[in-house]
Amino acid sequence: MDPMLLLLFIFVIAIFLGFELISKVPSQLHTPLMSGSNAISGISIVGALMAAGLAGDTVLGAILGLLAVICASINVFGGYLVTNRMLEMFKHKERGK
Amino acid sequence: MELRETIITLSYIASAVLFILGLKMLSKPTTAVRGNMISAVGMLIAIVATLLYQGMSYHLIILGMVIGGLVGSIAALRVPMTSMPEFVALFNGTGGLASMLVGWAEYNKLFGHYEADAVPLVTVIATYLAILIGAVTFTGSMVAYAKLAERISGKPVLFKMQQVVNAAIMAIVLICGAVFIINPDTSLALVLFYVAIAVSLVLGVLVTIPIGGADMPVVISLLNSYSGLAACAAGFVIQNTVLIVSGSLVGASGIILTSIMCKAMNRSLANVLFSGFGSAEGAESTGAMQGEVKALSPEDAYYVLEAARSVVFVPGYGMAVAQAQHACRELGELLEQNGAEVKYAVHPVAGRMPGHMNVLLAEANVPYDQLVEMDDINPIIDTVDVAVVIGANDVVNPAAREDPKSPIAGMPIINVDYARTCFVLKRSMRSGFAGVENPLFFKENTRMIFGDAKATLTALISQFKGD
Repeated sequence: MDPMLLLLFIFVIAIFLGFELISKVPSQLHTPLMSGSNAISGISIVGALMAAGLAGDTVLGAILGLLAVICASINVFGGYLVTNRMLEMFKHKERGK
Repeated sequence: MELRETIITLSYIASAVLFILGLKMLSKPTTAVRGNMISAVGMLIAIVATLLYQGMSYHLIILGMVIGGLVGSIAALRVPMTSMPEFVALFNGTGGLASMLVGWAEYNKLFGHYEADAVPLVTVIATYLAILIGAVTFTGSMVAYAKLAERISGKPVLFKMQQVVNAAIMAIVLICGAVFIINPDTSLALVLFYVAIAVSLVLGVLVTIPIGGADMPVVISLLNSYSGLAACAAGFVIQNTVLIVSGSLVGASGIILTSIMCKAMNRSLANVLFSGFGSAEGAESTGAMQGEVKALSPEDAYYVLEAARSVVFVPGYGMAVAQAQHACRELGELLEQNGAEVKYAVHPVAGRMPGHMNVLLAEANVPYDQLVEMDDINPIIDTVDVAVVIGANDVVNPAAREDPKSPIAGMPIINVDYARTCFVLKRSMRSGFAGVENPLFFKENTRMIFGDAKATLTALISQFKGD
């Protein structure tokens, strides 16, 4: 099969999986879910690493790669830490009960 | 396939599985913390696997990750809980920008070789989509950040010919896209590519400024979804499965949240995005309110609360502004000690992001079982002695139920006006973000307690303690 068609297949299946996975979320978890999935969208760091690591000789390529890694890292580190901080507050409360 | 590539691919599968498990666990209260950690492990595996690629040079990577990691971590650990919405928007924007840069870098690398390398059409289209969606996500999130952080006005910004300008921009985007996709190797395509980046950045601003502060929960969810789709497009550009899978998951979860938020306001997504809801025009449609406002001092309010057997707090964005969540919890505890049944009723779109009030109440250590959702409190609201509205307005506005001409008609609300007594803690008589007058303030059983919500609650607390 054309590798591109395979990727499209994966894309469609993953979208459906996403809908099934998160159809019923209690409202107290709306923020953590949003912020947690926001951290996952930092997966573009994989593309950024490849852009920076395999930038070749062009200056523009190096700049774009570096900026991409910086932005994606902010998203990944910031996203996971903020989500964790938020969820820890929920946990304390349950333990306190 | 070479051993190295097999290991990388297998690691990507593992990290995709961890993301799926993480998201699933994130949607249940008991497993949420572990879910987030599992998804972080998935991210770590994906990063390490990518570093294994042959021929990688690491100096730019290390520099970038140190800078980005430090900025992100410090911001995440320092941000106060009340500023959470704007920081989620900020992080979301950097993710979009990263996807845009990945698309751009890839084009920069392949420029001049598209034909020779027989780059598939899907990749070319995806490159264009990655910079388009990435750029809109970036500037859109920045505007959302500025609105949430109140760097700019939260009011919808509308100008003449706005739709025409947007349509013109869309046309430019499509034309540039068509030329680019037909042959990305030409110098014309290169120029149009830059035009498309600039125009998409402007588009992100233009589609977000007409949306009012009260609609921000919808916008943030939608932008979240965009950032996932941008990552997905970047995944098609570099033909990487883990990007496609995780991007799609985020895209889907963002769309689900968006639709939950829209349903909670009984409005369509199109209405939220394009109507400029809450602008001056919208507010004129309601006539002046009739009736008498009955103000109450905290001292008098104390006597009512002291005698109350059941009290429901209804928080809104004003509670976040006044930082009143701790005082609110303290008063709740005192009322419980006084023998009253205390609950906190949270409207799905109260605040500026999905679940905003839940986060604040959690920060103040409000017990889980005291939180009730709108659909659970409304059937029993007429048995409640006192409903205390703290900084909420539109989500308790009975006009949504009674006045079919109201701009918020049909929006489900918490029916606090059905409670025996309703206290409204409010700074002044100004209308809410939607710019709609609130007949609740004029109802027979409503008492307004004017002033800063935190100060009022603190006054009530000292009354209780003084006894």
